[in-house]
Amino acid sequence: MRIIAGYLIGIVFGVGIAISGMANPAKVLNFFDIAGTWDPSLIFVMGGAVVVTFVGYKLVFGRSAPLLEEKFHLSTLRDMDSKLIGGSAVFGIGWGISGFCPGGALPALGTGRWEVFLFTAALIVGIFLARFLQSARKSSAA
Amino acid sequence: METAFTPWASLSGGVLIGVASTLLMLFLGRIMGATGILAGLLQPKSADDFAWRAAILAGMVSGPLVVWVVSGQMPAVQVPISPFMLVIGGLIVGVGVTYGGGCTSGHGVCGMARLSPRSIVATITFMLFTFATVYVVRHIIGVS
Repeated sequence: MRIIAGYLIGIVFGVGIAISGMANPAKVLNFFDIAGTWDPSLIFVMGGAVVVTFVGYKLVFGRSAPLLEEKFHLSTLRDMDSKLIGGSAVFGIGWGISGFCPGGALPALGTGRWEVFLFTAALIVGIFLARFLQSARKSSAA
Repeated sequence: METAFTPWASLSGGVLIGVASTLLMLFLGRIMGATGILAGLLQPKSADDFAWRAAILAGMVSGPLVVWVVSGQMPAVQVPISPFMLVIGGLIVGVGVTYGGGCTSGHGVCGMARLSPRSIVATITFMLFTFATVYVVRHIIGVS
């Protein structure tokens, strides 16, 4: 049941990303290029997604638990630490260079374009690199 | 490279992203964050944990194919940068989202929608840095 639900929800997300333009680096980079070939389309993606999710979450959180799980899995972190801000800044730099974010790239794999596979491979290497750095730091601090 | 302004397609896509985020919370109680789903897939806690994440990823990848079948056109993926920049960008994104604990979908959509202060700060931070980076790359270094 959870697998079927996950697959169908993934399709809805993937279709949304595909038609929104988030899977297209040229469009993403143009959104951020106000001084050049500006394309404001992506403000509609973000706006539509946040408003629908805001209302949807209000309804869902009226329940005591999800339909197929015992509880909601939500982050309980509250601190504005340097990891959150530094990591987000680094992500912004990478997004500005490549035009792909993870949510845009994963569905874009379905187009079969080699550029998306190249980006995703580098993304995965980057995730492992960060984990390695984090665990190296933890063990040297201990 | 110019791209056409597509408010309706982008709004429809955004609405679907919102619907998917809502349904994932309703059914599985999870945040629809590409970073979290991918990271959990690379280091799953259990077979069950791996299964739902893999199912979502498979669905995501099917998205463009569904669009192709319905509309007869594969969604456009135009890459105006070199493979070298793509790899550098991918590495940097991977490091950033791991430390930052999320990306556009997790912080930018789901976190913002539940008014999480951390996600709001993260989203403002990465948006500002993306604007700045694109400006530097295109208008100061002059690559475009």
